[in-house]
Amino acid sequence: MKRVQFEHSAIPYLFVAPQIIIILVFFLWPAAQAIYQSFLLEDAFGLSSQFVWFRNYEDTIFSDSWLQAAGFTIVFSAIVTFLSLALALLLAVKANEVIRGASTYKTTLMWAYAIAPPVAGLMGNLMFNPLIGDMYKFLNAIGWDFDHKLDSFDAGFVVVLISVWKQVSVNFIFFLSGLQGIPKSVNEASMMDCRSPTRRFWTITFPLLAPTTFFLMVINITYAFFETFGIIDTTTRGAPGGATNTLVFKVFQDGFRGADLGGSSAQSVVLMIMVLALTVVQFRFIERKVHY
Amino acid sequence: MSKVQLSNVIKTYPNGAEAVRGVDMEIQSGEFIVFVGPSGCGKSTLLRMIAGLEKITDGQIHIDDGLINDVSPADRDVAMVFQNYALYPHMTVRGNMSYGLKNRGMPKSEIDKKVTDAAEMLRIGDFLDRQPNQLSGGQRQRVAMGRAIVREPKVFLFDEPLSNLDAKLRVQMRIEIKRLQRRMNVTSIYVTHDQTEAMTLADRLAVINDGKIEQMGAPIDLYNNPETLFVASFIGSPQVNLLPVTFDGQHLVNGNLKLAGFSDLPNSKELVLGIRPDELSLDDNGQFPLRVDIVEQHGSDNLIYGGILGATDDGVEEMEFCFKTSQDMLPDLDSTLTLGFNAERAMVFDKTTGDRLR
Ligand SMILES: Nc1ncnc2c1ncn2[C@@H]1O[C@H](COP(=O)(O)OP(=O)(O)OP(=O)(O)O)[C@@H](O)[C@H]1O
Ligand SMILES: [Mg+2]
Repeated sequence: MKRVQFEHSAIPYLFVAPQIIIILVFFLWPAAQAIYQSFLLEDAFGLSSQFVWFRNYEDTIFSDSWLQAAGFTIVFSAIVTFLSLALALLLAVKANEVIRGASTYKTTLMWAYAIAPPVAGLMGNLMFNPLIGDMYKFLNAIGWDFDHKLDSFDAGFVVVLISVWKQVSVNFIFFLSGLQGIPKSVNEASMMDCRSPTRRFWTITFPLLAPTTFFLMVINITYAFFETFGIIDTTTRGAPGGATNTLVFKVFQDGFRGADLGGSSAQSVVLMIMVLALTVVQFRFIERKVHY
Repeated sequence: MSKVQLSNVIKTYPNGAEAVRGVDMEIQSGEFIVFVGPSGCGKSTLLRMIAGLEKITDGQIHIDDGLINDVSPADRDVAMVFQNYALYPHMTVRGNMSYGLKNRGMPKSEIDKKVTDAAEMLRIGDFLDRQPNQLSGGQRQRVAMGRAIVREPKVFLFDEPLSNLDAKLRVQMRIEIKRLQRRMNVTSIYVTHDQTEAMTLADRLAVINDGKIEQMGAPIDLYNNPETLFVASFIGSPQVNLLPVTFDGQHLVNGNLKLAGFSDLPNSKELVLGIRPDELSLDDNGQFPLRVDIVEQHGSDNLIYGGILGATDDGVEEMEFCFKTSQDMLPDLDSTLTLGFNAERAMVFDKTTGDRLR
């Protein structure tokens, strides 16, 4: 047997080098720093620090405020992911049926994608402003005693609403292209096999979209965990009483507002581990079921 | 066992394309009908209107005595086999075949029995638990057929079901489809642009041209007695030889050629003479000098292509003719053969209208 040998050269490594350097500098290095910091306790002025083993972890993770944030993050992420996927799917299915003026319709629905989370947050802030906010007035006018500055449910409602609105457009684009990827003849075959459109959706369309849905679920959970930071920072800032603190926002608050670098680092490390675990679960167990 | 009746069926697409321009047709119970015609003539559109996948712009379609214009595809009791199979990729073969029955609320035991029977008939019993992407093209085609068969519909619809298969498999499946249809005796409509499929499968053949039925009848009648120039040139392989001519009262004339044996033809019109390649013969007194260009050996017979000396068409010298002859006939290239034909069997068409004159 003769083996084909290609000549080795340094050029491929040269091409991947920038990517590797970026990962090293902006990801691995800070992560290592966080792990290192999480074992240290700094004095109030940041002048000296002391190695304290796992004390930072014990102090933060078992604190009520962290558990509250963890609880909120999970519920918040679940609701945001579910709602933004469900709404986007509904819109995509409807948009896919439109024949006349389809492109206008689609472009309109995609616009929100171009808006950065902090900007979305600022817009939301205006809409829910007690003095000039239309949404604020509207909700109170229909009989909901709405006040997101005081009521934690109402505050949660605001961040969920803005986060979902911002994310629907991304999901919409993916679902729409997923729907357009289903061969026309498969749809037609199912029309001859099944009278009910609802049943056709759940037995044919939805299973065929499963890979898209799975991919979007991963993206959306990540979004709800991390990117909603910008929205929370510009609207509730965790208020009232930490009721809308997500874990990421709490890391930022404790570290930069509270100047507790050790505790904040410990939280980030826990967050990293959670994300890692989530990723493993998603790819190991769910992905296997969705590909056909 | 069902009749299908089309009355003045018209389809105009929203973009203005007039795909079907008024089709009348009566299909008897258990008949195998083939739609054949050039690409874009409206075959698929017509079939899809019967299936319910395309709205009927005007006219009526009846299955048995029921008007089905506004009946949904699932309620028409027709089954369709698509060109690209259109299997559900996320379901097993069994799932694909039982889906339509499940949705019609058939009990599971009955479904299982039908699926097993059909799978056995189509020799896909071993693949029932595979996904479509684990099957070859031919196997997928069988599954698609199976999905239609288990439904036991009133009408089978096929839209070029074999065109994605290789030549050998195509012949095999063609025979199998015919056998199945005979056995099940279900009214079938089959769209193809393959000559051989059309000729061999059809009880009756409908030649469609530009959204209209040009001629309909038994395949052999269409071959022997085409009513128009279009049908004559579309049916028959190799194609009929066509020669533009005029009539001088006794002869058909083209350039130096004067062909005797014709009468009762209009004097002033441009005509077209059609002679099937197998109607030509070697004849020392023949009227066609053919300069040999290419000899194709097909096994049992040879096709000899060449130019007819002295014949012209719009400035093209030496009109190409095809001569079908036996295996042992192997003339040298550029040699000249003298061919004759039987004027009784030759066809004459009006060049402008395409109508057959004799
Ligand atoms: N969805 C559509 N919208 C507009 N025009 C269409 C549509 N589908 C087909 N047509 C037009 O209608 C005519 C007939 O199309 P059809 O698909 O019935 O042809 P066909 O005979 O099946 O051709 P082929 O042998 O290539 O499949 C064509 O001119 C085509 O351009
Ligand atoms: Mg077609």
